[in-house]
Amino acid sequence: MNVQTSTSKLIKGATGDWEVVIGLEVHAQVKSNAKLFSGAATAFGGEPNSHVSLIDAAMPGMLPVINEECVAQAVRTGLGLKAKINLRSVFDRKNYFYPDLPQGYQISQYKSPVVGEGEVAVDMPYGTVRVGIERLHLEQDAGKSLHDQHPSMSLVDLNRSGVGLMEIVSKPDLRSSEEAKACLAKLRAIMRYLGTCDGDMEKGNLRADVNVSVRRPGDPLGTRCEIKNINSIRFVGQAIESEARRQIEILEDGGAIEQETRLYDPGRNETRSMRNKEEAHDYRYFPDPDLLPLELAETYVEELRRSLPELPDDRKARFMSEFGLARYDAGVLVAEKESADFFEAVVARADGTLRDAKLAANWVLNELFGRLNREGLPITASPVSAEKLGAILDLMTEGAISGKIAKELFEIVWAEGGEPRAIVEARGLKQVTDTSAIEKLVDDVIAAHPDKVRQARTKPAMIGWFVGQVMKTSGGKANPQAVNELLKAKLDI
Amino acid sequence: MSIDTPTVRHIAHLARIAVADEEVERLKGEINDVLAFVDQLSEVDVAGVEPMTSVTPMAMKKRPDVVTDGEIADDIVKNAPAAQDHFFLVPKVVE
Repeated sequence: MNVQTSTSKLIKGATGDWEVVIGLEVHAQVKSNAKLFSGAATAFGGEPNSHVSLIDAAMPGMLPVINEECVAQAVRTGLGLKAKINLRSVFDRKNYFYPDLPQGYQISQYKSPVVGEGEVAVDMPYGTVRVGIERLHLEQDAGKSLHDQHPSMSLVDLNRSGVGLMEIVSKPDLRSSEEAKACLAKLRAIMRYLGTCDGDMEKGNLRADVNVSVRRPGDPLGTRCEIKNINSIRFVGQAIESEARRQIEILEDGGAIEQETRLYDPGRNETRSMRNKEEAHDYRYFPDPDLLPLELAETYVEELRRSLPELPDDRKARFMSEFGLARYDAGVLVAEKESADFFEAVVARADGTLRDAKLAANWVLNELFGRLNREGLPITASPVSAEKLGAILDLMTEGAISGKIAKELFEIVWAEGGEPRAIVEARGLKQVTDTSAIEKLVDDVIAAHPDKVRQARTKPAMIGWFVGQVMKTSGGKANPQAVNELLKAKLDI
Repeated sequence: MSIDTPTVRHIAHLARIAVADEEVERLKGEINDVLAFVDQLSEVDVAGVEPMTSVTPMAMKKRPDVVTDGEIADDIVKNAPAAQDHFFLVPKVVE
């Protein structure tokens, strides 16, 4: 299923428009303490071969025993993707030779995966794209080879060997690099909300293979190329753009696309062929005789379903209905669980009452996100806590400070820390609402500028200039509304 | 079912087993003998019989998500032909 292909998504070639067709294969590391089939730790880093059991090193006679939490995590993810949970699935051996795969095969799921078809809703500026999920299966990660540490040998560390991965395969429902990036971001958000994958792409615990083909709009699918192992959302976009261009150039020159596996090189912004991979697809899958079929009870799945946390789509709907937020604002806030949590913490006062949610959303989205982006900080490292931002908003809604002072106060709390209320008292930032004090300021400004007063009689818009002058002499502390009213009366306009 | 000489070479290569030219014909004969032996099973009519995945009617054993193993890097690389700082050393595999 897909929204109508809009012309903006098509790529212009020399001989007309082309449509790019994209499918994703996402490898997500299961969040668990121990590995998929052994009791060794999954922790990142560690000394070489320290998080390795004799099973992970494929010593003779070792038998795999499945980690029940990895199964639960896969089922939770499947439920989060609104997918069919297969109550019976089978583990297979995928045979290939590589030094960081000591077994000589990867335990994976081939014909009978634990999760079947599902769907993920991807929000785009032109509407929601519904991307089909083909399947999700459990498999083992491989070890890591280092090729540049020794003149003639490669070094192998098996700490990753046997860590549980979920491979999520989408249908070829994506039609632009932007949609592919948004889809990957959405999958990541769903898993982070579920707590089934950390989604830390820098640590490699979320990686994507991208299938790309091009065709004339309305034509059958073209021959695809698979770009392997991309480890950032930005690179996914760039890889698709450059690969689509490459394929279009070949086709427009009268050539044909060869189905192959390619690698993306971010430094050169191009994809290139991986040699000698054609025979690597001869995996000779067969059911792993060491493992019985994975059988799940209906009641077990239902129990997991009941314990699912609120997911991004539900949270967005709630922010719109409960707080009256605009669709776009709600979407930005829920995209990262931490942002949504922060926003809700700003809205909720300690005494259980709620602040103005739209005001809170504006401040989080504009002031806070703007400042965080400038400093390159994640929201979890914000120097202004949700509680302090809430206190700033309270001071503003109470009328103690103006919006302008609130922004200054935000900067002070950002740079120096401290309690907003105490800062306002100590630095005399309180808004002057005392009319007699403001009146004095207004009178002074009027007396100092008789020429402007004459102009204002014929040109009432001049009042803005007077308001500015009074605000300036008050150090921004005068209540602008009170100033405006007093000026109107005194200038007789 | 039987296999030909190129198939013997192909599966030997997939498994990275060096097979000398003079061994290929002998191996082909041995593999085909094994296949012929197993092929006798196809004489049994299994229409409508569910595939048997285990000889014992039991559910797959599962393990709690607890770290109980590892931190034995000395043991892990003990039998390796070559090791350095607890890494395995293998012939360079980068293309």
